[in-house]
Amino acid sequence: MAINLTINGQAVAAEAGDTILTAARRAGVYIPTLCYHSDLMPDGVCRVCSVEVKGQRTLCAACCYPVAEGMEVLTHSPRVRESRRMIVELMLANHPQECLTCSRNSKCELQALAREFGIQEVHFKGERKMADVDTSSLSVFRNPEKCILCNRCVRTCEDIQSVAALHASKRGWDTTIVPGMGDELASVVCVNCGQCINRCPTGALTANDPSSKVWDAIHDSTKHVVVQTAPAVRAAIGEEFGMPAGSRVTGKMVTALKMMGFDRVMDTDFTADLTIMEEGSELIQRVTEGGVLPQLTSCSPGWIKFIEYYYPELLPHLSTCKSPQQMFGALAKTYYAEKTGIDPKDIISVSIMPCTAKKFECDRPEMTDSGYKDVDYVLTTREAAQMMREAGIDLPNLPESEYDDPLGMSTGAAVIFGNTGGVMEAALRTAYAIITGTELDNVNIEAVRGMEGVREATVMVGELPVKAAVAHGLANARQVLEGIKNGRFKDYHFIEIMCCPGGCIGGGGQPQPTSEEIRKARIKAIYDEDEAMTLRKSHTNPAVQKLYEEFLGKPLSHKSHELLHTDYTPRDRKTVKAVKVKVES
Amino acid sequence: MCSESCGCSSDIVGIIEKYDSDKRNLIPLLHELQDELGYISPEVMETIAEKLGTTVGQVHGVATFYTLFYTKPRGKNIVRMCNSTACHIEGGRKIREAVSAALGIAPGETTQDGGFTLEVVSCMGLCGVAPAIMVNDDVYGNLTPEMVPNILGKYREAS
Repeated sequence: MAINLTINGQAVAAEAGDTILTAARRAGVYIPTLCYHSDLMPDGVCRVCSVEVKGQRTLCAACCYPVAEGMEVLTHSPRVRESRRMIVELMLANHPQECLTCSRNSKCELQALAREFGIQEVHFKGERKMADVDTSSLSVFRNPEKCILCNRCVRTCEDIQSVAALHASKRGWDTTIVPGMGDELASVVCVNCGQCINRCPTGALTANDPSSKVWDAIHDSTKHVVVQTAPAVRAAIGEEFGMPAGSRVTGKMVTALKMMGFDRVMDTDFTADLTIMEEGSELIQRVTEGGVLPQLTSCSPGWIKFIEYYYPELLPHLSTCKSPQQMFGALAKTYYAEKTGIDPKDIISVSIMPCTAKKFECDRPEMTDSGYKDVDYVLTTREAAQMMREAGIDLPNLPESEYDDPLGMSTGAAVIFGNTGGVMEAALRTAYAIITGTELDNVNIEAVRGMEGVREATVMVGELPVKAAVAHGLANARQVLEGIKNGRFKDYHFIEIMCCPGGCIGGGGQPQPTSEEIRKARIKAIYDEDEAMTLRKSHTNPAVQKLYEEFLGKPLSHKSHELLHTDYTPRDRKTVKAVKVKVES
Repeated sequence: MCSESCGCSSDIVGIIEKYDSDKRNLIPLLHELQDELGYISPEVMETIAEKLGTTVGQVHGVATFYTLFYTKPRGKNIVRMCNSTACHIEGGRKIREAVSAALGIAPGETTQDGGFTLEVVSCMGLCGVAPAIMVNDDVYGNLTPEMVPNILGKYREAS
């Protein structure tokens, strides 16, 4: 039933259950927000969205106040404007005035509000909360001084990822968002996904940025610096240069990286194709030889850390394939080094990823199968864009160029790795060919596409019904894992899990802000990229075929196992390792 | 035992189960555990979270939100000093300074020997005898700074 209200005197029809904010937005009326985020349940803690509701003594938070028949709302009355201004001024009074040197400068939501409200002076002078920056994590840095207690990170970690690494501790002036029980982030259960960074309105949460080391390597003439770019980066990095979400900039990005001085610009998509060869063969082997099923994908390092923490008993379900990033790293310092005659000790291997968990993954002790650290530095999409800006590169207006050989060629099946459902679809395209001996007519497998948190499909591969499921976001992954434990997925063959909402295109290293609309636009860009490719099945990639001929032999060969496969580490969830409880006498 | 790695003899799990391992009972549960243990240690919080099927963050958030829950060991004696209007007008600050000086600790801290914990609280309802302090359950009112060392001395000797 429609509910009729007025907002600023204008008649608005809303639905039962709408908040004032939802009704206003639908009617095209703007209300500023800060702690509100379209991906999260409203919390109503910041009060920036306060509005005047006739008959109510106090102002109401539009983000969580439900509409009612006959309600009269004022969104910008003098009382509302004064109140909002006061709220933001109070936040600014407790905020380091370091905007010029903050990594969120000009992309900060607090800064934007201060500007919107015309705040030119902070009238409150007094004590400011001081705290140290927590740089313990390989992926996520926390600066509590810049935290405005909006709880977005808390809600993200708990509701989207079901990890709950962060929460509010203490109260009032002393309130702080802390990991675990006030510990360092590195010592608590955190999967390094960086989703908290994507939703942080200020510079309180940032990624561990290695760009100065990457510049040093580029400028060191004794080093040969190779770079790989993940599938999802090409569909998002344009946003950092003001382009609309979903802009495809693959060729321009390659040009930019060459201009920056990388010696070889190659593609993670190449090893995504290789992953399909290895992981598809592993699946077929498990099905035909009675291995542990369903097989779970292993490309997403946040997801890997999650299962290591929460479901170590299900680790045998995980594919032993390394992620495409790490396969690339292992090949760069072996195959590529051999082919080019460059000593692997002089190769610096950099990757550009939509992901902050990749920064953790490349540091895992087992990721040194080349005899060196397989991937030296991981840059997020944001950090790569920042380096481009530093180099004076105007990405949108660059000409396009091609990836370098021999690890640069890829198929459409590889680029869709960036989307939720993409690894599944790519695997099915190749599995179909291997199992039936014929090629799929229509390679678009719509059944595994979409935005539902958990999707299930039975795909006919010739005569064989392959039962598949796809999950993205770790709260959804948790549901699937519980399903595996209680037998609901016992006749399933293959399950794809990606840590972040929407898959890698929604990764924690992607441009801010994030929303479902932005993620959908990137997903579409990735599918368009796939459609535009001549080759769209991993097994048809001639460079991958050549790699097998020249170097690896065949999928699951001894050498493949040595370089491209890995094992996993059950992790202890307990934060407190050896503290004894003292009983007071 | 509160956990496998812990040597204490308290039946923490038993207490949690007494509250039906229901997270809605977190606050009374924390009270009882604190009565038993003196404070809520990180390890106990972890055990509670596990048994209640909630996150450590939830437990820690609640335990640190309320001032009557202690997450660090407390001293044998708790000295509470008032920070409200009546005591303030009657010279409460000087009393607080005298207590701090006598014990050598700031509010919120515990003496090295574990003898005293010092707390600043809101009104204790002793405005009629302001400025006032409480030591454990004993009330001392109409104080002057000179009286403070003697009062604390009694507890020091007793412990």
